Amino acid sequence: RGRAGPGSAAMSAGGTLSILRSDSYAELSQYRDQHFRGTRYDQERLLRKSCTLYVGNLSFYTTEEQIHELFGKSGDIKKVIMGLDKVKKTACGFCFVEYYARGDAENAMRYINGTRLDDRIIRTDWDAGFKEGRQYGRGRSGGQVRDEYRQDYDAGRGGYGKNVQCQ
Amino acid sequence: MSRRRHSDDSDAGQPHKRRRTSEPSEIEERLESLICRVGEKSNSSLESNLEGLAGVLEADLPNYKSKILRILCTVARLLPEKLTVYTTLVGLLNARNYNFGGEFVEAMIRQLKECLKVNMYNEAVHLVRFLSDLVNCHVIAAPSMVAMFENFVSVTQEEDVPQVRCDWYMFAFLSSLPWVGKELYEKKDAEMDRLLSQTESYLKRRQKIHVPMLQVWTADKPHPQEEYLDCLWSQIQKLKKDRWQERHILRPYLAFDSVLCEALQHNLPPFTPPPHTEDSVYPMPRVIFRMFDYTDDPEGPVMPGSHSVERFVIEENLHCIIKSHWKERKTCAAQLLSYPGNNKIPLNYHIVEVIFAELFQLPSPPHIEVMYTTLLIELCKLQPGSLPQVLAQATEMLYMRLDTMNTTCVDRFINWFSHHLSNFQFRWSWEDWSDCLTQDLEKPKPKFVREVLEKCMRLSYHQRIIDIVPASFSVLSPANPVCIYKYGDESNRSLPGYTVALCLTIAIKNKASNDEIFSILKDVPNPNQDDDDGEGFTFNPLKIEVFVQTLLHLAAKSFSHSFSALAKFHEVFKTLAESDEGKLHVLRVVYDVWKNHPQMIAVLVDKMIRTQIVDCAAVANWIFSSELAHDFTRFYIWEILHSTIRKMNKHVLKIHKELEETKARLARQHKRRDSDDDDDDDDRSTDREDGPLEEQIERLQEKVESAQSEQKNLFLVIFQRFIMLLTEHLVRCETGGIDVFTPWYKSCIERLQQIFLQHHQIIQQYMVTLENLLFTAELDHHILAVFQQFCALQA
Repeated sequence: RGRAGPGSAAMSAGGTLSILRSDSYAELSQYRDQHFRGTRYDQERLLRKSCTLYVGNLSFYTTEEQIHELFGKSGDIKKVIMGLDKVKKTACGFCFVEYYARGDAENAMRYINGTRLDDRIIRTDWDAGFKEGRQYGRGRSGGQVRDEYRQDYDAGRGGYGKNVQCQ
Repeated sequence: MSRRRHSDDSDAGQPHKRRRTSEPSEIEERLESLICRVGEKSNSSLESNLEGLAGVLEADLPNYKSKILRILCTVARLLPEKLTVYTTLVGLLNARNYNFGGEFVEAMIRQLKECLKVNMYNEAVHLVRFLSDLVNCHVIAAPSMVAMFENFVSVTQEEDVPQVRCDWYMFAFLSSLPWVGKELYEKKDAEMDRLLSQTESYLKRRQKIHVPMLQVWTADKPHPQEEYLDCLWSQIQKLKKDRWQERHILRPYLAFDSVLCEALQHNLPPFTPPPHTEDSVYPMPRVIFRMFDYTDDPEGPVMPGSHSVERFVIEENLHCIIKSHWKERKTCAAQLLSYPGNNKIPLNYHIVEVIFAELFQLPSPPHIEVMYTTLLIELCKLQPGSLPQVLAQATEMLYMRLDTMNTTCVDRFINWFSHHLSNFQFRWSWEDWSDCLTQDLEKPKPKFVREVLEKCMRLSYHQRIIDIVPASFSVLSPANPVCIYKYGDESNRSLPGYTVALCLTIAIKNKASNDEIFSILKDVPNPNQDDDDGEGFTFNPLKIEVFVQTLLHLAAKSFSHSFSALAKFHEVFKTLAESDEGKLHVLRVVYDVWKNHPQMIAVLVDKMIRTQIVDCAAVANWIFSSELAHDFTRFYIWEILHSTIRKMNKHVLKIHKELEETKARLARQHKRRDSDDDDDDDDRSTDREDGPLEEQIERLQEKVESAQSEQKNLFLVIFQRFIMLLTEHLVRCETGGIDVFTPWYKSCIERLQQIFLQHHQIIQQYMVTLENLLFTAELDHHILAVFQQFCALQA
């Protein structure tokens, strides 16, 4: 997965241009984890050097193997941690992918984010790092918060949203 | 759903520098933006935008001249796709301010020298081209440009220099001619004729042993895979025959002719090409990838021929656009699709061809493979009515030509196509490819379909693949990726180790410790006992078999389960696999259990290397072992081998980096002490201070040497095994009177080439050993040819 071009030498031979530095896919999003222990600044510092991605909008049936295959296209994966329903302990549609190298995670943000896995457009975002407990959904019913409130029917995510189901 | 807070929260607690209204950097940003975005999103013409910008910059020259110089030089180097826009701008500035023009030319020459010094040859070409187009803008006098090119071409007369050095200077000269050939020929036709004839004789005498190694297809039909200089030479010859008429390049300076021809020109200072040094690394030779011609789009505009200079310019510019915007896929797609040419060229075809050219480039694509998949998807989104059809047509053509496609390129085709399909519900007209069903499964077409279906399955699941292909394709469908546990059935109870396996299963389910496992395994007899000469030979294949089979079976549920199992019983693994035979046997058992699930084999091997249960050499030996012979041509095997080599390479780099960092720390410590200049320091205290770091450096030095030795050994093992395997085949064919060139042979020899190409930088270090030890003159010429082609790459 090589790429030509000396990095620091570019500086001595003249530097670069800001329009060519644009890397919007690899930037931090607006999302900040409300449960993060530490300041906003701490979280952002970790996000900027993180090798871990949060992956969302997965089907409940998407396996670790599929995720490994897809995300392996941007580099060697250190670990995949499946997101689980806190009550049922079954997959609830998100996961964490940790790479050995940040560059590989950046490429995932650039080229895998916004493409399909199991026919669903998946979304990736920087994560400050896995900590025990973060593999569980934070919705009241045990799954993800978004599945509590959504109104649509999604066969890959348990059908209707939880509060629709409870009506 | 993200819960957003106000953005000012992000400043809380941040030791931010308060943003000074530092005018210089703001002005610089504004200037850079003005220059880089000239002509974009404007209702006025490009020409009037350029005129306006020239006026603004001229006014800023008194205060910001050096910034403007720097920006323009950088733009010349990094935005070659907009070459003529910026040469026009420089031309206008030169017309208004002669001194500025002179300083710009000087700055460009300095930048060119700097680029050549640090091996930035691709960017240097852009600078040369920019300078040559400045002749068209009356900034540089044509005779001085010809003189520079004379110095370039005379590099081909240098003795004892690598061919790739001469190649670069020749390329820099020839590739500028589409822009400036006409003007130079008009002013200095005798000199140009002389240069062109020197070019011709150089191209005739240069060696092209390396070409077969870089070709995507081994066949010349329907499109020959030409060496890049040969192709360019044909294009320039045709251009000359057409009296240097070139109509594709957009030349904004033409509109300003009356202004520009009033300007005074500058002479380029005499340019001596910097001499060749040991550190010089020139670009690798290339082969021009062509898959389309005008017959492929009969209804659209005519595609410029393969030897037309238009084709060269279009391809250069499209490659440059990808190079500029590879990180921003939407921008990249938009920029590609807005390439000027309007309805005069079949742009979609050019774009698809250029993208596949990069994807299939040997040794490696310029960018990460997955980028091209996603870029093509973005292009399909922007042109849903036309691009998907071109892509389908391209896929069909690539499929038709699989028989002669280089194995490495087939790998990339498999990866691209399966990943692409997974974004489009795996919709494909598989029946169109039914011809492959009647062929031998080892032939390229059925092999390709099998590998594609296997990859599609990895991105989805087994039943999905069964559902998407016609029933007739079931012979090519992947196996259901289930584990095979030899002790699973009651009917296997007569197998040696069966009872221990049962015992182990229960123990592991009851959360046994490593010690408990050891004690259970103690009772397993060693089938090698008879061979044991009493030296405490620890290799017991049955122990390994029982343990690994049972554990992997229990952990079969997912990758995570298996990784946990490896981690939990790491101690047992390390002990059982202590010897080389042990390591090999562990790998064999992993294969036996998971042969239906190649992806699982790959991740387990990866984990076992990383946790040092097996080493890289063991994996290499296992791949070449007879047990794996019938899987030898399968894609997953080579993914495993190359992943193994990459891990080895990264390991060496990592320790080397640690060593350099520790050395730097010691140097800083010395520097601090020297600057302290404390008279009380005596030798003993300095030794005390340096001691731990020096020890660390010594240890790391040893580690580096040991890692480098392991790395070299890995490559030697791999080459040795290739040579053995290929020699066996060649001898067998010769004595049996059968044709050497079977599908297996083609695959194997190309896999050997792939090793050389994919790791060429590292292998260059071993050239002497390889030449003296392995690739000697006694070797069969088929095998030796691969080595010779490799040597020719940087010769």
